[in-house]
Amino acid sequence: MKVIDIKKLDKVYNDSEVKVHAIQGIDLSFEEGEFTAIVGPSGSGKTTLLNMLGGLDRPTEGEIFIAETPVHELKGADLVDFRLRNIGFVFQAYNLVPVLTARENVEFIMQMQGIPAHKRFERTKELLTQVGLGDRIDSRPSKLSGGQQQRVAVARALASKPKFVLADEPTANLDSKSTENLLDIMEKLNKEEKITFIFSTHDQRVVKKARRVITIEDGKVLSDVKK
Amino acid sequence: MIIQISWKNVWRNRTRSLIIMIAILLGIFGGMFLLAFMQGMTEQRLSSALKTEVSHIQIHSEKYLENNDFNQYMTDISAIDEYLSTDKRVQGYSTRIIIYSLAKTSEMGAGVRITGVDPENEINVTDLNTKIIDGSYFENTRGMPIVIGEKLAKKLKAKVRKKIVLQVQDTSGKTFPSAFRVAGIYKTTNTAFDEMNVFVRNKDLRELTGFNENNAHEIAIYLNNRENVTAVENDLESIFPAFTVESWSEGNAILAYMSEAMDQYLIIFILIILFALFFGIANTMLMAILERRKELGMLMAIGMKRFKVFRMIMYETIFLSLVGAMLGIIIAFLTITYFAKNGLNLSIWSEGLEAIGYDPIVYFQLDTSYLLQIVVMVIITGILASILPAIKALKLNPADALRIDN
Ligand SMILES: Nc1ncnc2c1ncn2[C@@H]1O[C@H](COP(=O)(O)OP(=O)(O)OP(=O)(O)O)[C@@H](O)[C@H]1O
Ligand SMILES: [Mg+2]
Repeated sequence: MKVIDIKKLDKVYNDSEVKVHAIQGIDLSFEEGEFTAIVGPSGSGKTTLLNMLGGLDRPTEGEIFIAETPVHELKGADLVDFRLRNIGFVFQAYNLVPVLTARENVEFIMQMQGIPAHKRFERTKELLTQVGLGDRIDSRPSKLSGGQQQRVAVARALASKPKFVLADEPTANLDSKSTENLLDIMEKLNKEEKITFIFSTHDQRVVKKARRVITIEDGKVLSDVKK
Repeated sequence: MIIQISWKNVWRNRTRSLIIMIAILLGIFGGMFLLAFMQGMTEQRLSSALKTEVSHIQIHSEKYLENNDFNQYMTDISAIDEYLSTDKRVQGYSTRIIIYSLAKTSEMGAGVRITGVDPENEINVTDLNTKIIDGSYFENTRGMPIVIGEKLAKKLKAKVRKKIVLQVQDTSGKTFPSAFRVAGIYKTTNTAFDEMNVFVRNKDLRELTGFNENNAHEIAIYLNNRENVTAVENDLESIFPAFTVESWSEGNAILAYMSEAMDQYLIIFILIILFALFFGIANTMLMAILERRKELGMLMAIGMKRFKVFRMIMYETIFLSLVGAMLGIIIAFLTITYFAKNGLNLSIWSEGLEAIGYDPIVYFQLDTSYLLQIVVMVIITGILASILPAIKALKLNPADALRIDN
């Protein structure tokens, strides 16, 4: 089943003096259960594409359907709520709330979804155990390594039971051991929990793990290979 | 959880938060301290003026007030007399005969205001009997006693038991000199008053001038509680429409202005403090938001609604303001309570205070209503100061904020 369908997507950054045509007419679709890497040189448009898939940025032209919802038509609070209930985000710089513990970081998003407290706690524990941090649930981000923080971020992305998880260069700040560890966890979640992952990367070892690799350059799809 | 996050965020930059909290604390403390000091000082000045000079309410005939004409006295005051002696709100009242005239000793002469009083009634209205610095309050019975102010005594070179001649007018308009003997010399905090006012017995004036028992120029009333002034005044006005009833503030524009002007100064002063707080708080929070753009962008990206972000920043600002404000209020309250009881003695610093009618020991005073107003105003300032930073946070675009490197 298709989770994402994008048609004739175009993005032009107009705010600075020079116009940047970051995405140029991309047609793509993503199936449930995918484990997909988006690769391409710096400035090719990976972040721009992911931002639009995640409803963080608005396309200049074209359409984005997520589970049949025309996301390009959503606005304001509706769009925020759509992200909250349908999309998981993992960022390059982990971006946890530093004043909250691992558990609270994961719980917070569930609270925003209105999930009752007793269910939240159980699920948080389960998720943090799945990413191998069952014993660190009450640690603050500053007490965790980069790899551990990114695993908390993955747990947080999954907390809202999203249709898919978008990760923009999730391993870029990690050493090779943490990278491997994080990818193993993502792969396991993909296989066992059927979580759909779409991530961008520069790292060849990460690309190798992907079952579909989309290469973009100058805002266009250069190749789309399924293994 | 938003409240919890906001509270924790307050302590993220501990030094900065503490500095602004201390600034708020000092602002509030300083403001309240000065407020209580000034209120105490004004109140002392006012109550001493009322107690020594003015009293709470005065009754005259309408014409008398126009030019203090001796012949414009009130007739048939027995009904007022009876009414005042039964009203529970009245602490004391004094019936007075007043003559503007001349006082002379063998050395000098001066214009004076002669007030005839019944000493036993007068002590329930004014506290002049406690201001005697030489001699006594009408206890010298040899001849007709007179009590004069220190300033006038110096001017006339008069002493206790010395003779003073007053030019007295009788009801038929004839004036003649009559000799009084100085029984006592008083000194108030107001030298202008001391120079102008001399006091003699009604009994003596009546004999000299043929003034009827039922007539008087002035009835001065002192109440048990100053707050009843308007009520008693209104009652008297409706029962005795033939006379002119004036409260202290109507009859004494300067005194009324003093207490009103003080209120206005205080308001301006408080506004300045609140302004400073406003900018301090708003600036601190704007800095905090600038540093946290990426995190706020992330929260919006993963699904935190703008309204919640707005609330989170508001709470944080309010917490930041309240910690310092509450501490400031508590410390100020304790300090004020101490000085309200023990007084702050200013004579070490300023010797001139007495010369202008102020007591050098200031007993602080702060109405609870003021205290409440300050608390409310600080909270409102905190909320107002939080609006700008919160709006700034609202304007963040998550996609842009996430691209910021840090
Ligand atoms: N807010 C913006 N305003 C103007 N131009 C932008 C903006 N964001 C991105 N761009 C431009 O759009 C193009 C695509 O940028 P994007 O960040 O999507 O590339 P990327 O593939 O993610 O690169 P990297 O690998 O360095 O992260 C680049 O030329 C970039 O300079
Ligand atoms: Mg990028």
